[in-house]
Amino acid sequence: MSWTRRHLLTVEELSLAEIDQIHATASAFKRTLTRSVKKVPALRGKTIVNLFLEPSTRTRMAFDMAAKRLSADVISLDGNSSSTSKGETLRDTAQNIQALQADMIVIRHAAAGSPLYLSRILDIPVINAGDGAHEHPTQGLLDTFTMKEHLGSLKGRKVVILGDILFSRVARSNIHALTKLGAAVTLVGPSTLVPDWFTAMGVRVSHDLKSALADAEVVMLLRIQHERQAAGLFPSLGEYTSMFGLNKTRASWLNPQAIIMHPGPINRGVEIDSELADGDRSVILEQVSNGIAVRMAVLYLCSGGQPELVTPVE
Amino acid sequence: MPTLWIKNARVIDPAAKRDAAGDVFVRDGKFVASLSTADKKRAKKIDAHGLVACPGLVDIHVHFREPGQTHKETIGTGSRAAAAGGFTTVVMMPNTSPVADNAGTIQLMKDVIGRDAIIRVYPTGCITVGMKGQTLAPIGSLKRAGVVAITDDGDCVQSNDLMRRAVEYAKMFDLPVMDHCQDHSMTVGAVMNEGIVSTRLGLRGWPNAAEDLIVARNVILAEYTGAHIHLQHISSKFSVDVIRRAKQRGARISAEATPHHIALTDDALATYDTNFKMNPPLRTDDDRRALIAGLRDGTLDIIATDHAPHTDYEKDKEFDYAPNGILGLETALPVTLDVLVRQNKFKLPFVIDLMTRRPAELMKLPGGTLAAGANADLCLFDPAEKWHYDAKVGFSKSSNSPWSGQTLTGRVKTTVVGGRVVFDGGKITAP
Repeated sequence: MSWTRRHLLTVEELSLAEIDQIHATASAFKRTLTRSVKKVPALRGKTIVNLFLEPSTRTRMAFDMAAKRLSADVISLDGNSSSTSKGETLRDTAQNIQALQADMIVIRHAAAGSPLYLSRILDIPVINAGDGAHEHPTQGLLDTFTMKEHLGSLKGRKVVILGDILFSRVARSNIHALTKLGAAVTLVGPSTLVPDWFTAMGVRVSHDLKSALADAEVVMLLRIQHERQAAGLFPSLGEYTSMFGLNKTRASWLNPQAIIMHPGPINRGVEIDSELADGDRSVILEQVSNGIAVRMAVLYLCSGGQPELVTPVE
Repeated sequence: MPTLWIKNARVIDPAAKRDAAGDVFVRDGKFVASLSTADKKRAKKIDAHGLVACPGLVDIHVHFREPGQTHKETIGTGSRAAAAGGFTTVVMMPNTSPVADNAGTIQLMKDVIGRDAIIRVYPTGCITVGMKGQTLAPIGSLKRAGVVAITDDGDCVQSNDLMRRAVEYAKMFDLPVMDHCQDHSMTVGAVMNEGIVSTRLGLRGWPNAAEDLIVARNVILAEYTGAHIHLQHISSKFSVDVIRRAKQRGARISAEATPHHIALTDDALATYDTNFKMNPPLRTDDDRRALIAGLRDGTLDIIATDHAPHTDYEKDKEFDYAPNGILGLETALPVTLDVLVRQNKFKLPFVIDLMTRRPAELMKLPGGTLAAGANADLCLFDPAEKWHYDAKVGFSKSSNSPWSGQTLTGRVKTTVVGGRVVFDGGKITAP
């Protein structure tokens, strides 16, 4: 099957076959990353613009590195250095970037739906690097990629996503990817941050940590933000930790082979105990490494590359 | 002023319970029961075979943006859009720039209306100074200057005590208080209905409870003070129920529904199209059906458009950053006919009543009748004609309509204001 999609806007719009193709392509790229010469010439001569209108470290670095590993030229713009701080509209900024002959644009934006909006304006591929509380498709793809490396097929696997789900784009992209891959997903957290509306997305919602963690094979923690507490969504970080923080005792409820994930940045001592974050069940840093391979796959495929052309080099 | 003889129409006049084939006569700007033979001879004859002749439509909720935001709409362009939609009377909201919180601004509006409007346009004034919800505006002076109601429009008065004093004070002048029901503390940053769709799209939700709370507050204050409170653009099922019970107790509460809230749901937001962004937001199908049931049993009194023009460049933004509001005047009749008559089997005269006599009576305005002696304000429409609506070639200065590009059924052919044909055959005919 050939790859036909030019934009990557959401995981929701991807078919299971497309997710598998991205994962397979990422696998091939991952093998190139351990060589002494890490670059492949796939996107030589192409220019990719990273338009990050919201702060980001990890995602931006990973996109940057992924593009460079593919031999593309990369230009990064953030909210302060771009003209949006002078009142330029997103449409104008994006059209200017296209007029500068960029071949692809990677966008991080605080407003949900902005990548879709850009994709309607521009002729070049648009890659969503996180839009508001909507989606963060490459994160959902790299998380499920990481899970598959550890568990094999995700069909029927018990996955728990724990934390601030309501405001999380990472949660939404993972929900879409995991349900397509056949996993049994349970969302856990305070009722104010995990409303029942989510059940319409094909997942379970629970506020009882013990029963939710029982036998889970993956637990994915999400960052708890101070702003949510200020907005009155839960009483205090201390109470959050006492009710929902992952500690050693609670981790013992998990399946013995379970992996612990976090998209970062982590709040040690809030949503996760420090020793668990650094423990042998934690795959947090693997997620970061896999983020490069998955983003290479996405950049490669959306710029017209085909999965079968990626030659695995041993 | 021409004498008019509208021939062979289906004449619908809800005030007179008339729905029959017949003619309508106009002389000297008024409806007359008949014309003399001499008058008939020189009358301008309009063949209305296959058309409905009804009172000119009345919309008590429009934003004409003048003064101050005339890049979006003016009283002149807004009144042309109204005429094209069959409306002969509209009531403007006071959220202009500056806001209409003093007699001087009302006088300015009246001057512009006198100069530029081609239909009847009435101003409203603010409830509070600067529409800030802090201190009462000079409501008596506003009344004397000619407002037909007071409202803080989208900036719903949050203080229950101030709202109580406002309705109590306005009652002295028999001035209705219109309220956009929204508890601001529950809708910070909200851009669409809170529910399954907002959860999926990652957009901040505006819970219907925020409307229901203020609807209940207003019901309580209307009953406590005996004042008339008009609830604008009701969107929630729960609110419909609150209003229904209040009316059973005899509260002086009236309420409106918009064509968009009875036609569309929050599912329409799936592509983040800002032409579906308005306040209150589109809600669920359950809510939509409750609004229709409310119109059917009289819980909701009228249809009003909340015609809210914004330019392309203002609407062409990330969803979170685009302003609320859509056009309504040029599509209100076909959309309402489609939802109420075709889909929900309402009787046509009943729907005409919702858009003519009832809103006129609520705001104590002339119009909404074909009775002899009344102002000859009339709408002639073809209920079956299919036509392509393109907001870009419409008469509003803006084009932010969710129906642009669609085929609509039911088309206004002729609009008459005070005996003058102001819109005919797709063209504005007023100078």
